[in-house]
Formats: sequence, structure tokens, C-alpha cells
Amino acid sequence: MRNLMPKSALVLILVAAGAISASAAGSEDDFKAAYAAAEAANKEAGKLRNQWTTTANTLAAAKKAADAGDFDKATASAKEAEALAKASIFQATSEKTRWREMEIR
Amino acid sequence: MRLRSAITLASAALALAALTLASALPSGAADKVDPVADAKAFKKFFTDKFPKVKFEDFVNGPYSMNEDLYRQWQEKEQFPPYEFSLEMGKEMFSKPFKNGKTYADCFPNGGIGIRQNYPLFDEKEGKVITLELALNRCREANGEQPYSYVRDEMAALTAYMAFTSRGKLMDIKIPNDPRALAAYENGKEYFYTRRGQLNFSCATCHVQSPGERIRAEILAPALGIVNAMPIYRSEWSGMGTTSRRFTTCNSQIRGVPLSPQDDEYRNVEYYLSYVSNGLPISGPGARP
Repeated sequence: MRNLMPKSALVLILVAAGAISASAAGSEDDFKAAYAAAEAANKEAGKLRNQWTTTANTLAAAKKAADAGDFDKATASAKEAEALAKASIFQATSEKTRWREMEIR
Repeated sequence: MRLRSAITLASAALALAALTLASALPSGAADKVDPVADAKAFKKFFTDKFPKVKFEDFVNGPYSMNEDLYRQWQEKEQFPPYEFSLEMGKEMFSKPFKNGKTYADCFPNGGIGIRQNYPLFDEKEGKVITLELALNRCREANGEQPYSYVRDEMAALTAYMAFTSRGKLMDIKIPNDPRALAAYENGKEYFYTRRGQLNFSCATCHVQSPGERIRAEILAPALGIVNAMPIYRSEWSGMGTTSRRFTTCNSQIRGVPLSPQDDEYRNVEYYLSYVSNGLPISGPGARP
């Protein structure tokens, strides 16, 4: 067994943190592209049975900002959601083998 | 230059082939599935970690981890908070369906004293059948609507059935069927797999940290954790089924829960129950 905070956890945190700082200004088209990419990544996470509630919440925040006409905020949220979804995909993929490190033998 | 490109291309092809092969193999293919050895190691881990806890006390979850809590639990058992649910379950269990049949018609021994045999592996269907699933199938087979897996009615029925098995030792069988072994192994994989934004597995709390606090709660050991189900939780101000426990755990670590009774949950219940074989049924339980 390993300790509570393996390297993968650190990677996940860094990916999510990077997403927050990677927010960028955008038009409605930018938002639509960012939102579609985030939804696609989250769908992929769903196929791996590993969606995160934070991804869904951030997608909802993006939609809400877009509905209010704030496309800068909406695009930033959509990009954050995509990063979260990608982190959940990374987690699900790496855990396919890593889970055994924690197994009681 | 061409040579370098060829080497690069070949390396990429090799890496891709390796990745494809790795993803095609079941993740547990490298190790032989040995539930007997697993259960032995599982019990040893917890009894070594908590040498002062009596083996049969592991079913009392956080109460077994702390003397003060244990006394609280003994007092709580004088007027247990799950009693109303138990009464409700008993009444529901004996009340006939519209067609005149009852739950007793769906189970061996009229459904009395059989909790310790669930979940079981149905070789005809090739899948794990939990008690909650069997109860809803019984309802549907008799023309009734299924109950929600996370609400009071299901908790009451399973509370009553668990009560009729109190003290009986968990006795989960894994038939000599590769599908049963696969279900067991998949359950084990689910138990140890980290998920959610908090990057927790079931084992993070219930193997690595039992007895420790997570916020105001004391974490229960995984050994015997299912023997106490369903439970009254003060945090919920009500009863909770095994399905409710699994889905809530997933939400708490910021993972989107699967649907109750999806294969993953059925399999993880199968795994956890099997490694708790030999411990008494203590449900319905009460937890902080």
C-alpha cells in the first residue's frame, strides 16, 4: 500500500489548478467551442464511469454565464470544466493498474 | 534522416501496440484471483492493526474503534434509533401484495434468517444479486412498483430481514464460475480504485484510515462494514440502505455516483461481503 497522497493526486491537483489560471477572454463562438470540448471530455469520462461532480457544476456555471451574456466568464468556466474532465479521464486511466498498489495482500 | 524517422515511427508503433495490448487485458489479469487468500489477508490486516478489538466487534464500525464511542453505542442500543424502521419493515414484509402473495414467497425459508447469504451470485443470470435487488424483483414479479433503492421503504425491509439474521455469520459463496470470480475481482478493483476530484478510493477511508477522524466522523473499518447494513445515521437523520451508502460516498469525494444497483456497486458489495465472511450480521445498525 502507498501513502494517502500519491503522485497521481498531485498531477490531478496541478491540472485542475492550471485550468483555473488558464481562463481566457472569449466571444460567443469561443464559448461554444470551449463548451463543446468540455462536454466531449466529460462524455469520455462518463464512458470510463468516472465523472466528477465539479465538472458538471463548472459546466453549469459556464452555461449560466453564457445565458447572462458574459462570454468571458462562460469561456473561462468551460475551459476549466474541460480541464477537470481531462483530469478525471487521466485518473480513471491510470487507476486501471494503480489500484493494486493499495490492495491488501 | 530517414533512419531517424523510421526509428521514431517504429518506437511510436511499438508504444501504441503496447498500449493497445495493455488496454485489452483485464486489469487484474496479471494476478490469479484468489478470494480465500484475499479474505485471510484482509482479516489479518485489520486484526493486526487493531489488536485490542475483538474480531466480532468489527461489525460495529466506528464504535469498535474507540472506548467512549463504544459506551455511547451500548447506551444507544437501549433505545435504538432504527427501531421505528424495523417495525415498519416487519409490517411491510408480512403485508400481502395485491395478488395475495408476500415477500416470503420469493425467498428461501420465507425470507427469515437469510440476510447472511446476500449478495449471492446467480449462475443462471451470471450476475451478483443483492438483497435490495432481490426485494425489488420480488415486487415486480408480483405486479408491484419497485421501491427506490435509497429511501425508507427499502431500508425498512432490509432492516427487518437483517434483524432476523442477527448473530448469524456472513456466508457469501463464490461458485466455481469464471463470471463469479470476475464479479468478485471487479468489486475488489472498484473498492481500491481512486475516483472523484478528491482522489479517494473506498480503501482510502476504510482501509488506510479507520479509527481516524474525517471532519467530525470516525471512519469505520472495511472489515464487517456491510454486516451492519442498513444503518440509521444521525448525519442523515434517517435510515440508509447499502445503495445509499455507496452513492453518498461517491458524492462526498466529488464523484458522480452511478445508479444504485449498477454492476459496480453490486460487485463491490459482493467483494466486501465475501471478505467479511465469518463475522456476524449486526444490522440494522446505528452510526453517528
